Amino acid sequence: MNVGLFIPCYVDQFYPGAAIATLQLLEKLGVTVTYPKNQTCCGQPMANSGFEHLTGGCNELFIKNFAEFDYIVAPSGSCVLHIKEHLHSHEHENEAAGISSKIYELSSFLTDVLKVESLPSRFPFKVGVHQSCHGQRGLHLSQMSELVAPAFSKPDSLLRMVKGIEIVPLNRMDECCGFGGTFCVAEEAVSAKMGKDRVEDHLAHGAEFITGVDMSCLMHMEGILNRRGSKVKVLHLAEILNAG
Amino acid sequence: MTTREQILDAIRANQPALTALPGVIIPADNTGLQAKFTETLTTIGGKVIKANGYDDVIAYIRSITNAGHRIISAITGLAEVISAGEASPLPHSLQDTELAIIKADFGVAENGAVWITEDLLSQRVLPFICQHLIVILNADDLVANMHQAYEKIGDEHYGYGTFIAGPSKTADIEQSLVLGAHGSRSMTIFLISLPLD
Amino acid sequence: MHTETKDHAELATVFNKDEARVDWHDETLWWIRQKRDKAVNHLPEWELLRETASQIKDNVLSNLAGYLVQFESNAQKNGIIVHWAADAAEHNNIVLGLLHSKGITKMVKSKSMLTEECHLNEHLENNGIEVIDSDLGERIVQLAKEPPSHIVLPCIHKKKEEIGDLFHLHLGTPAGNADPQFLTETARQHLRETFLTRRAALTGVNFAVAETGEFVVCTNEGNADMGAHLADIHIASMGIEKIIPKRKNLGVFLRLLTRSATGQPITTYSSHFSKPREGTEIHIIIVDNGRSKQLGREDFRNSLKCIRCGACMNTCPVYRRSGGHSYHNAISGPIGAILAPNLDMEKYADLPFASTLCGSCSNVCPVKIDIHQQLYKWRQVIVQNGYAPAGKKAAMKLMSLTLSSPAAYHMGGKAGRFVMKYAPFAVNNKLNPWYKQRDMPEPPKESFGEWYAKNRKA
Repeated sequence: MNVGLFIPCYVDQFYPGAAIATLQLLEKLGVTVTYPKNQTCCGQPMANSGFEHLTGGCNELFIKNFAEFDYIVAPSGSCVLHIKEHLHSHEHENEAAGISSKIYELSSFLTDVLKVESLPSRFPFKVGVHQSCHGQRGLHLSQMSELVAPAFSKPDSLLRMVKGIEIVPLNRMDECCGFGGTFCVAEEAVSAKMGKDRVEDHLAHGAEFITGVDMSCLMHMEGILNRRGSKVKVLHLAEILNAG
Repeated sequence: MTTREQILDAIRANQPALTALPGVIIPADNTGLQAKFTETLTTIGGKVIKANGYDDVIAYIRSITNAGHRIISAITGLAEVISAGEASPLPHSLQDTELAIIKADFGVAENGAVWITEDLLSQRVLPFICQHLIVILNADDLVANMHQAYEKIGDEHYGYGTFIAGPSKTADIEQSLVLGAHGSRSMTIFLISLPLD
Repeated sequence: MHTETKDHAELATVFNKDEARVDWHDETLWWIRQKRDKAVNHLPEWELLRETASQIKDNVLSNLAGYLVQFESNAQKNGIIVHWAADAAEHNNIVLGLLHSKGITKMVKSKSMLTEECHLNEHLENNGIEVIDSDLGERIVQLAKEPPSHIVLPCIHKKKEEIGDLFHLHLGTPAGNADPQFLTETARQHLRETFLTRRAALTGVNFAVAETGEFVVCTNEGNADMGAHLADIHIASMGIEKIIPKRKNLGVFLRLLTRSATGQPITTYSSHFSKPREGTEIHIIIVDNGRSKQLGREDFRNSLKCIRCGACMNTCPVYRRSGGHSYHNAISGPIGAILAPNLDMEKYADLPFASTLCGSCSNVCPVKIDIHQQLYKWRQVIVQNGYAPAGKKAAMKLMSLTLSSPAAYHMGGKAGRFVMKYAPFAVNNKLNPWYKQRDMPEPPKESFGEWYAKNRKA
């Protein structure tokens, strides 16, 4: 199988480490990965702001870059969800539908397609796991607390394969961090308060690192951690799964 | 065109294509109904007393009331403790009712509620206007859940009916639960095992 | 409280100035969400109940006219008088007209969010009618001259000391007494007199049954019944969407409603009104007020399935940290944000954006309204109708151009990182809202694209 690597725009620009870890992890697991160099963005920031009608250019570029692959994998639940739900094209709707059916967020690709059962990684630290909303409730990467249904978590199940890791409990296991795209600046007061509360939950339970499937949530929490001078760091799930 | 026509026309123009009503059967657990009913009602502030007949009820009423209290009930078996007065009093004249004792049609185990129809009430306001409420329920008249409750009610033509689950309450002040809002301050159910007259 | 000219973000910013209070508000509502979780997890069939209720409501919307006509006919057969109101003004005038016709100048009310939406109290008071709200939470906000902030918990935003002060001022309780037991007892005594002396009582309608013509009113306090059973005229206001097809459907809805709202298995009282008491009248007012219009909006008609439980508000992390008044609408929170733009798109253009689209609301909704999907879709509609701020439009156009061109994107990204590294003061300042409470991310020395070009393919 050949896999196209889709790296969210802000991960490409600000958190290349998460992208490098994703690539290396997939390669370690025997996957042939190609990174189409002309990719830019999935279009979500515009669509979520009410400007879905301006995402045509992004959509066409995405289809052009990714239509050929057997699978498309991205270290982001939110971008993958957006593509799955909103990728459309006037002239290439078949390709768009094809992409929607074969695009995966990283952890679900590992559990559902590669069916990973063990990892050679080691990360002997206390880790708080943030359940990014779009991945959790949109892609169903893990069960949500709202439903009366059996618990499961694809990211957590992978993290548990990492030697030495201790996943800390949280008071609110799946409350939103408050990033929300342009919400983070348009509703700054509520966004920051939500982020502060999330961070406080992790700190209160002794987390040394906070991880998740979406760098956007982590970027927001990192901003808050750094502002308060905390030593706690954020790492994308890929970086922990690839560690040691 | 009347408002009625106007509204109905707008609705007809805008309603979506007909979809079917679901034909779902929700499972019910019919075991341990008395225990579940008692536990649930107690959790929500009610009291459940098991009894064999009206003698127990009378003794209880005597123990919680005194001479000045107005006690209202249409249950003939309780005649010796009921206050003298009109058989069908007007609603407002019930305002000084200390204790009302009524029968219920049946109880619902999942939520501790009892179903009471108008024919069991001398006045609709009685179970609300009294300070304290006692309900007489046959221990066999329990259903597991609300689906069974409505099966039991069927297509009965009542003028008024109500489910009452415990004493009146509110938590509007900083989520502190207070029993005794505008309805009765307390609600006690006598689960009677033997058949009643 | 003049919130008409402000939007959610501005009002939420004000709300967030008192962080301790936000924590208190947030924790109180989260606790209620947890009570809901505990209650629903007792029912292994909970998700089946939700799906059933959702399908029943889908059927209702698809045959709404038929059910309303059936309900009217059956209600009339039982002696209930049925009125129709196209909008808030007509509803309010019907109520006023009924009171005038009986020479009544004082009325007792139990909770009805529909009457909040119609601003009924204001209209009646302007026309010489005294209205007393009998639901404790509603009475409190009535004394405070505020609208309720939550559809089920009207004064969840008020601390007991503030309530104590209100009661001291208006009901003569001792200053400084904030004991909930004592304050509730005071309200009981004060409102008992009201119930006993008012000849007119107005209630809402939780469910109206087409098959039988009866309607159900649910309360914990017993105030709806105290008012109705002592009055000569009982007026019940209902939205067109409150209809359910059959009496047995109440089994489904009454199991879902209160568990979703407060975590109780059922309200203390669930009263079914079929016929008026002898010598008295029951009037039902069926109100449209924009609902038939919403029914015609394919993407948004599911919002009419709402049974007004408030679970979406309790679970919403934004609602908990901004308060109901930030939504400047009778119905606040996630459901308010998808109902209100239908009534006035310009006035409520901000509400669908007061969300991170986390999806929690849709998953607690007992009738499975796709709230967060509708929030996304309303954003598109609002922008298409021209209600996006000009600055935002320009920024989005620029973003779209940049992101559609790999060259522009790479250049823009490089430039951005350069500025952040060498001129951080350009972004780390008051003009950057992100920077107010968060540090900016550290710009890396190269993007992933640049790393890949060096380390992988030639």
